[in-house]
Amino acid sequence: MAKLGSALFNRLVIIIPYAWLLFFFLIPFFIVIRISLSETAVAMPPYLPVFDLASGIGGIIDNIKQFSIDNYIWLTEDALYAKAYISSLWIALVSTFLTLLIAYPVAYGMAQAPNTIRPTLLMLVILPFWTSFLIRVYAWIAILKPEGLLNQLLLTLGVIDQPLIILNTNWAIYIGIVYSYLPFMVLPIYSSLEKMDHSLTEAAQDLGCTPIRAFWRVTFPLSMPGVVAGCMLVFIPAVGEFVIPDLLGGSETLMIGKTLWNEFNANRDWPVSAAVATILLLILVVPIMFFQHAQSKADSEGR
Amino acid sequence: MKSLGSIRRSFAPWADPKSVPFIAVKNVTKKFGDFTAVDDLSLNIYPREFFALLGASGCGKSTLLRMLAGFEQPTSGEIILDGQSLAGIPPYKRPVNMMFQSYALFPHMTVENNIAFGLKQDGMPKADIAARVDQMLKLVKLDKFAKRKPHQLSGGQRQRVALARSLAKRPKVLLLDEPLGALDKKLREETQFELMDLQQELGLTFVVVTHDQEEAMTMADRIAVMAHGKVVQVATPPEIYEAPNSRFVADFIGDVNIFDGTVSSAGNGTVEIATQSGFTVRVASAELPAVGANAGFAVRPEKIRVGRDRPACAPLNAVQGEIWDIGYLGDMTVFHVKLKDGKVIKASSLNAVRAVEDPIGYDQEVWISFDENAGVVLKD
Repeated sequence: MAKLGSALFNRLVIIIPYAWLLFFFLIPFFIVIRISLSETAVAMPPYLPVFDLASGIGGIIDNIKQFSIDNYIWLTEDALYAKAYISSLWIALVSTFLTLLIAYPVAYGMAQAPNTIRPTLLMLVILPFWTSFLIRVYAWIAILKPEGLLNQLLLTLGVIDQPLIILNTNWAIYIGIVYSYLPFMVLPIYSSLEKMDHSLTEAAQDLGCTPIRAFWRVTFPLSMPGVVAGCMLVFIPAVGEFVIPDLLGGSETLMIGKTLWNEFNANRDWPVSAAVATILLLILVVPIMFFQHAQSKADSEGR
Repeated sequence: MKSLGSIRRSFAPWADPKSVPFIAVKNVTKKFGDFTAVDDLSLNIYPREFFALLGASGCGKSTLLRMLAGFEQPTSGEIILDGQSLAGIPPYKRPVNMMFQSYALFPHMTVENNIAFGLKQDGMPKADIAARVDQMLKLVKLDKFAKRKPHQLSGGQRQRVALARSLAKRPKVLLLDEPLGALDKKLREETQFELMDLQQELGLTFVVVTHDQEEAMTMADRIAVMAHGKVVQVATPPEIYEAPNSRFVADFIGDVNIFDGTVSSAGNGTVEIATQSGFTVRVASAELPAVGANAGFAVRPEKIRVGRDRPACAPLNAVQGEIWDIGYLGDMTVFHVKLKDGKVIKASSLNAVRAVEDPIGYDQEVWISFDENAGVVLKD
């Protein structure tokens, strides 16, 4: 009986994450797709058709027949959307790269630090999360604006003779994204570096590598899983980022998150914004699936 | 391959005052903060020698090895390799290679690439690298596993990859840190002999660090027994076993019985010690301690006879006791004999015949005895 009970328990434990995915990812996702196939309407909810169980199966089939892909065609007709997608991907790419440049040395330093101070360092990386994300982004406005802290500091030091215009440019967005997502990059890289056997770099040196070569030939390749995980954790949310471009970016900054917001709130065009969201998801998910497929293939080839 | 036994037996460069040491460790001290890991240590290691550093953990043997490899710098003193001081030379410029205790195989590279790693750093032409890797793979009998990754190999195979990798660059000296520590007993015994053959075949100098005395005894030409950062004795395995120079070495290597006492007479190449167990030991000894001095007498269990009859030499080198414990090991039987003063003596006797009539049993009164040249005097 105990065995049966534990088997049942094991199944229940597995069900929890699947149930989570079903309720909080798959079902909302299908609702979004369903809205994206509808037409906008001046109604509540603001789209047609609306399913009504009272109309019976025939009514529902009629409703499904009204679905169209017009919204998707619309996205291809207006260059705004393509530009917003490309610009979002580009901004996310640059920010991810900058985050990696900063996060890797931080993670490396943490992994090299004595065991006794590692928990403190880890705490310091996580600490900013204790303050509201929105407040921290607002704080950057105060730092970056023409009469802000940064410009005052540089002016006082005599590095510049007139204020730098950073706020409301793409640079402000890069800074905002790098700052906000840094822990997501540091932590996976740190965890992959931290569990690495120190004798590997010693072995590389013993076999004739200078410390720098040993890093590039051994340490860095072995930290790749952490780097890839960190890049994904930064890149994916950065593509759809709304708050940072809205607060720090300029009026001409085009990011898909902002476009989506406009369609949804300003235009009240739920179907088009649902289509925007669906395409965004495809743009992100499809390459990742290819990547993972290639990865597992490379793994199994080694066997 | 022809047997290398005869070469091995006649190999004793340390006994020849004209031979030049290949590695000379001169008064090396290594401190980590307040802790002295290696304390004013001097050692000579000769070309083609299989040298073992033996000691308990924390005795400084690994630190010494890491100083030879270049991962640690001596706080003071100097290490000379082949006439050249190693001071300030980083690990990647030293003509030595190390086999790590954890093997430290690069998990993201195939066996082949692991072995080729050091050669690539040297900028060796590709064709030569391939030929050398092939040769190394054959040497360690892993030719079929060239394309595997380390995690697809067994412990013994990994050990051989690590060995091949550290030998691929043809180092002047190979350093081995507990090379067989991670293998099971049977594999360890096989590998010991493989390592010895390999060392003879390649004509290299091996320095091996181990805490396993059996491993050191089997493989090494000479053993340095270390304790508290110092070398206690450097000698061949038979010398270490039969003529330990101190109580520590006698106790550390193998089983031993030590009788404490005072020297009652010394002369003519024999020393007599009146032991606290109430009998006198007469022992052949080249070194003669002063009469009246405290001294110990060490004798190995296999050199002690156990019998019911009073031996002819009694009361010299013989004492009565009671059988306290018997361990039957198949090839031999170990007796624990309790003497009158409460001291328990270990004696082992070979089981030369299958069945003994009336074997010695528990609680019986017995005599233990030994010859004049069975043990050694330990000065305190």
